[in-house]
Amino acid sequence: MTEKKELAVAALRNGTVIDHIPSSALFKAVRILGIEHLDKAVTIGNNLASGKLGKKGIIKVADVEFDEATLNRIAIIAPTAVVNVIREYSVVEKRPVRLPDTVVGIVKCANPKCITNNEPMRTVFHVVGNNPVVIRCHYCNHAVKGDDAQLQ
Amino acid sequence: MNKNSLVSIADLNKEELLALLEQASYFEKHPNSKILDGKVVATLFFEPSTRTRLSFETAVNRLGGRVIGFSDASTTSSSKGETLHDTIKMVSNYVDLIVMRHYLEGAARYASEVTDVPVVNAGDGANQHPSQTMLDLYSIYKTQGDLNNLTITMVGDLKYGRTVHSLLQAMSYFNPTFRFVACKELQMPEEYLKFCDENGIKYECTTDFSPEIINESDIIYMTRVQRERFTDIMEYERVKNLYTLHNAMLADSKPNLRILHPLPRVNEIAYDVDANPKAYYFDQARNGLYARQAIICRALGLTPDECKKA
Repeated sequence: MTEKKELAVAALRNGTVIDHIPSSALFKAVRILGIEHLDKAVTIGNNLASGKLGKKGIIKVADVEFDEATLNRIAIIAPTAVVNVIREYSVVEKRPVRLPDTVVGIVKCANPKCITNNEPMRTVFHVVGNNPVVIRCHYCNHAVKGDDAQLQ
Repeated sequence: MNKNSLVSIADLNKEELLALLEQASYFEKHPNSKILDGKVVATLFFEPSTRTRLSFETAVNRLGGRVIGFSDASTTSSSKGETLHDTIKMVSNYVDLIVMRHYLEGAARYASEVTDVPVVNAGDGANQHPSQTMLDLYSIYKTQGDLNNLTITMVGDLKYGRTVHSLLQAMSYFNPTFRFVACKELQMPEEYLKFCDENGIKYECTTDFSPEIINESDIIYMTRVQRERFTDIMEYERVKNLYTLHNAMLADSKPNLRILHPLPRVNEIAYDVDANPKAYYFDQARNGLYARQAIICRALGLTPDECKKA
């Protein structure tokens, strides 16, 4: 890749770069991926200039390659995100995140009268809209936009 | 998880709806069929609802089954902090079927996932109440002789009223024409209008409960406009009587028109309508018994033939 012309953060030798995350969703993405529990080198940038988004966030994690299902979990809050897998300083794989059909145990239901907010249990949401992303609670049917989703 | 559980009307396809209606019709002719001999049914009412509970319990009794349960969660271990999960697991050891009402939305779906005993939802907060929808559907079927191509006018609180939302979904298989009559605050939510669009269902939204609308209807489904739904009390005072049905308004209505209401009514149907043969809301409540008998048999996996043999 020739994107070295103006890197805002240092290049990785091996690892994963998640780019084009909307700035407002960056820290949610960090939480969903469990990045605070990693002991590898992590670089997080936010409010970087972006042609597509205006402002974007970026996450670089050295020496970790996430499985696809894990990465796709951030698609509900950051459907524009792009994953780059880096090996020996080159991008060996570049793909957008893909919206899953169901989201288990990440999002908290916004309905205070939902059973999931009153029992020790996992939440389940069905993705019912793409643009904008809309998810619907499997239990109480309450729908929420991906942007407004609160994490558990 | 038991595949015969009934949590939402959307769990049923057209064939299953029709089979339930036919079964309800059978039970109307044979209400005392001893099919449930030896079966025990739990009625778990975490929230009081006298009418629904009595209807379900009567249905079980008339089918020859036995009932255990409670009508108020304050007398149970859930008041000691037991989770719904644990209550359902415990009760599952004793019974063949669980009928439950809960104040939390999604409670019945969750209950159906933690046990192998079939669960019938008798209302979960503002979410679903499929046996009410079945009795509404049965009432329409019975009074019109057919569910197809009817003009159904829904009046009152179309925003929060779960009965109208479920009925709309259930009727979607039968090419209905809907009229949604409500004030601006209580109009049919966008998602249900979208549902109609996606399924090619004709509808019209209006704030005017006009003679034309009444005279074209086969069914008028009235609902209660609740004061607590309004942020502006003056607005409530303004609209509350706009959607009241009086007997004089029915003078030129179709002969097959029937007035439905999930009850309890307050002032949305004047008492002078009660004597009109088109008033059907009390018979509608009785149909709940037959609809629930049919739902109970389906939940227990009893086929129509097995029901007839008994």
